[in-house]
Amino acid sequence: MSAPDAFVAKTVGTPVERIEDLRLLRGQGQYVDDLHPEGLLHAAILRSAVPHGVIRSIDVTAALTMPGVRAVYTGADIARDSGGAVPVVSLRLAPLPELEPFGQPVIAHAKVRYVGEALAVVVADSAGLAEDALEVIEVDIESLDVVPDRHASAANKVLLFENLGRNVPITYTAAKGDAAAAFARAPYVRKESFRVQRHSAVCMEPRGVLAVWDGAATKMTVSGAAKVPFATRKILARHMDLPEECVDLIESDVGGGFGVRGEFYSEDFLIPFAARKLNRPVKWIEDRRENLLCSNHSREIDMDLEIACEKDGTIIGLRGQAWVDAGAYMRTSAAVPPRNVAQFVSGPYKIANIEVKSSVMLTNKNPIGTYRGPGRFEGDFFRERLIDMAAGDLGIDRVEMRRRNLPAEKDMPYPLATLNQPEKKEELDSGDYQITLDRCLAEFKWQEKAALQGKLVDGRYHGIAIGCFIEGGAAGPRENARMVADPDGQISVFVGSTSIGQGLETVSVQIAADALGVPMDRIHFFHGSTTYLKEGFGSYHSRSVVMGGSAIIDAARNLKAALRTAAATRLGCAAAEVVIGEGLTASHGGRSLTLAELASAGIDAEGTFANHHHTYAYGAAAAHVAVDPRTGRVQVLEYVTVEDVGRIINPLTTHGQAIGAVVQGLGGTLLEHLQYDENGQFLTGSLADYLLPTSTDFPNIKAFVLENSPSPNNPLGAKGAGEGGIVPVGGVVANAVANALSTLGVEPRELPLSPPKIWALVQTAR
Amino acid sequence: MSATLPTRFELNGRPVEVTVPARTTLADCLRHHLMQTGTHVGCEHGVCGACTVIVDGAAVRSCLMLAVQADGAKVTTVEGLSNDESLTPLQAEFRKHHALQCGFCTPGMLTTAHALLTEEPDADRERIREVLSGNVCRCTGYIAIVEAVYAARGAYGHNPKVAA
Amino acid sequence: MKLPPFEYAAPATLAEAIALLAAGDGNAKALSGGQSFLPVLAFRLASPSLIVDLRKVPGLGRIDIDANGVRLGAKVRWRDIGDDERLRTAHPLLQAAIAHVAHYQIRNRGTVGGSLAHADPAAEMPGIAVACDAQLVLAGPKGTRTVPAAEFFTGALSTVLASDELITEVHLPAWPATRRWAFEEFALRRGDFALAGVAVHYDPDAEGRVTNAHIGVIGACTRPHRIAAAEAVLNGKRPDAAQILAAASAAAEAVDPPGDLHASADYRRALVATLLERALTRAAQ
Repeated sequence: MSAPDAFVAKTVGTPVERIEDLRLLRGQGQYVDDLHPEGLLHAAILRSAVPHGVIRSIDVTAALTMPGVRAVYTGADIARDSGGAVPVVSLRLAPLPELEPFGQPVIAHAKVRYVGEALAVVVADSAGLAEDALEVIEVDIESLDVVPDRHASAANKVLLFENLGRNVPITYTAAKGDAAAAFARAPYVRKESFRVQRHSAVCMEPRGVLAVWDGAATKMTVSGAAKVPFATRKILARHMDLPEECVDLIESDVGGGFGVRGEFYSEDFLIPFAARKLNRPVKWIEDRRENLLCSNHSREIDMDLEIACEKDGTIIGLRGQAWVDAGAYMRTSAAVPPRNVAQFVSGPYKIANIEVKSSVMLTNKNPIGTYRGPGRFEGDFFRERLIDMAAGDLGIDRVEMRRRNLPAEKDMPYPLATLNQPEKKEELDSGDYQITLDRCLAEFKWQEKAALQGKLVDGRYHGIAIGCFIEGGAAGPRENARMVADPDGQISVFVGSTSIGQGLETVSVQIAADALGVPMDRIHFFHGSTTYLKEGFGSYHSRSVVMGGSAIIDAARNLKAALRTAAATRLGCAAAEVVIGEGLTASHGGRSLTLAELASAGIDAEGTFANHHHTYAYGAAAAHVAVDPRTGRVQVLEYVTVEDVGRIINPLTTHGQAIGAVVQGLGGTLLEHLQYDENGQFLTGSLADYLLPTSTDFPNIKAFVLENSPSPNNPLGAKGAGEGGIVPVGGVVANAVANALSTLGVEPRELPLSPPKIWALVQTAR
Repeated sequence: MSATLPTRFELNGRPVEVTVPARTTLADCLRHHLMQTGTHVGCEHGVCGACTVIVDGAAVRSCLMLAVQADGAKVTTVEGLSNDESLTPLQAEFRKHHALQCGFCTPGMLTTAHALLTEEPDADRERIREVLSGNVCRCTGYIAIVEAVYAARGAYGHNPKVAA
Repeated sequence: MKLPPFEYAAPATLAEAIALLAAGDGNAKALSGGQSFLPVLAFRLASPSLIVDLRKVPGLGRIDIDANGVRLGAKVRWRDIGDDERLRTAHPLLQAAIAHVAHYQIRNRGTVGGSLAHADPAAEMPGIAVACDAQLVLAGPKGTRTVPAAEFFTGALSTVLASDELITEVHLPAWPATRRWAFEEFALRRGDFALAGVAVHYDPDAEGRVTNAHIGVIGACTRPHRIAAAEAVLNGKRPDAAQILAAASAAAEAVDPPGDLHASADYRRALVATLLERALTRAAQ
């Protein structure tokens, strides 16, 4: 980068109020269900009430005669139109040939494998009429024995895929050093079994798909896209047997993502399929019951974890086995939680010898995918619990035990365990991990609160805990951006990143404004949709600022280069001699040209940022709880999180993400649980049964976001920062509960820490 | 007795008339018949609060009300909180405090907070939290929302002499 | 989750409403505030052919207080109870319990009659009605009848209310100024249905001994009921710590709570003891 193009932060780093708020606050946002094209029809989906069975027949005769019904499609119809077989959705992340046969068909055909699997699609004049018709479809399913949990899955007596002969598609291994040798020589080892319950994102806006088919133009336009529109287009085009350029995915406002929304689901095929068959716009809006039943679940992992330490608390080895209850199919992002729990269970700590296995266990439940901090939230719970137990056994202060095992700045980059199948190496990129730990202790006032540990005050036991964490970000392979400068001085910026409610618009415009040296209000920002760029990658793995932002910087550099070239001949100098100043004026030797003079027909440039190095934001979190042993209620009196994210683009949004992530984590730690009974029936199909945090639950959360250690791996120095807050919550709060109830000997090993569960632990301990 | 009903009410200060099936909730009527899509639907069973609108001065869940039950009422939605392009003081405080991320719960938060502060301009943080506990937000963790509502009290005639 | 199709009527009188319900032959349902009933419809757990909206029926929204006690019209809303200054002395237990009902928006529409007819075993209003010996006035084609709350609830979501009857009024007996009382409930989040709750009141005699003990339970039961065994432990005794503990354990033994996805029966049983102990301790202070 030549000196004149150096990135000078003006708006970056300042608390710019969000651009998107102006429309969202006035009810002018446009979410997918706000779209009402002419001639719109509405779809509803019949879902299996049987967790495992063979479909004998689906009789839609009566449904077709219901008022307003336009069509009903079953697996047989779709197979007939798709070359004889129902399309199967492949893995998007970490695909492997051996996982392909476990993919999910877009509609159940011969078998159903979980309650909620799509059996038929009704299209009618209104959503109500479509739902009325669902009630008269006659389904005959021969029930099979159910695989309700990972133990039944491992037994392989009942198979979800009889032809494949096993319920366990894969076991991953993450390893470094020589774990067996370390454990053999270790003076101290401890092994524990832990469990995290099934829960998920439960975005406030349910999913939705609006498909419009233009037969004359051979064009399928699908609204409601989120997260990865280009990947979704690729899958849809393949299964609809259309060239990719005949399919567009349009991203409008999106009511929350958190990893779950925007992956390719059954409905992303079924609704376009119906629209093409009927040659009419068709919309499907997921209702809340479907959202709880069918959107990706996550987090259900059992783990046996074993730690090996020196007498002084130095951790010399970590090994274990995780069992990930993956539900009935391997969906697009299903490989990530099992892979992450294996690779990241060591967290921020310097551990020389690791061998962790992670098995994917199929069961007759809704399939899983990624949810904010996938595999990391779970792994942190397992590890941080075990560290507190080990510190207790060894008689070492819990803070000191952690401090002793954090890598020093000179250790960076520090390698983590390497994951096999496909191989993935990871290294912590930068940072002084002691700083965030010290800051957290100070903000939490650890010393003052230490006296409260285990104390019974007014009928409640008080406890505190602290834990350290990392957050991965900046998934590759690349991101793209495009800029068009108009003669009137307005600049349009297009980027492949997607907005799922995280403030992408504002932070991207901040980066673009500073990269170009123009005010923010001259930039018009466009994102996500496949119509803007040839290729884009989207928003997941906390990648939008690092990848999209860096691509914007590259596009700005290229735009300035194009302006220099255009100006050079007219200014009579070499391009390199042209100075691009404020407002993109080009000048040399006392003469200058405005953008209007330079680019009468507009001028554009593309940019890209390719990266295979992940960023690692890092931090520490502490909690103070009070536990009522009579009711089992855990009250979080205070929670403090400190995270170094390398570079803060907008302190308002990073702080907001941190607080929001913590509260989501507290939900997963204390309240949220997607429950099935032992027969595979789903029990939590309403928001009265699936308990999300509300405003009265966790009023005292403090977040401190630092930018001490920029990432060396991108021009902004930024690190992915949207997920860190959630990662340590389960471990820290569970340790605080254990600390509170230490006189009773209560050691929580399972989440959620719900009142009945804590009460039961207290009963057993007594 | 009828399955389809003409319904007249005042929406954001203007008279409206729609004929909808009896089963149509007020939320769906607003969104899909009157095309006022600022009111959002997040659960359709009365838990999430995204669909909150103000009916005759009282904040209600528009998914738990038939459209026909609004016959003759005055209904205010998020679109009706401001008449022009500028933000109301309450909306401006939401922006300043970063009290929204994805924005989906925001219309319900605003209508609920508007109804509360209109009735109780001296509401303290605890009261604000209690009232907002009927509105689920998945992004913010609520702290910024409570602070924004608290900061907006002045615009509703809050008496600064009342203890916080 | 769209509501199933139905016809709709909003009669102008109670008699018309009853006539419509009677003509509906069991398939017509009355709609009051709708805060419990619309979710039932949204999940299609009921599909009535006709909805009889009571919004135009006059005279059901009053709270009358006199020497005989408190009369709540069926259309009295939760917020009306919360806002009524007179109830602070006329029936403080009612106000304390109703403060736990749901959230702001629901409280603006949910009604006394709707809650009683819905008969959720964890709901506060049915619990107070039973714990306070309320009388329910039911109007039907043949006139009105008065049913004690204790006989009104027959099980979870089930009552003696006939399909052509409407609740018009609840009568809570007069509340002596010297009465001791407390309400305690435990819910997973604020505004949720209680996993268990207890309402207690008694009238201390000149020596401070308990007379006329009333202990009602919600949540840890299939219908709200009084716990006679615990009341018997208290009556005639001073409510000291030992007596309170004895009453609490008697209550835990007497209740027969169901277990569900939120909590086991054992947990709920223990909760009844804890809540009753806390309620009685507070009442005695």
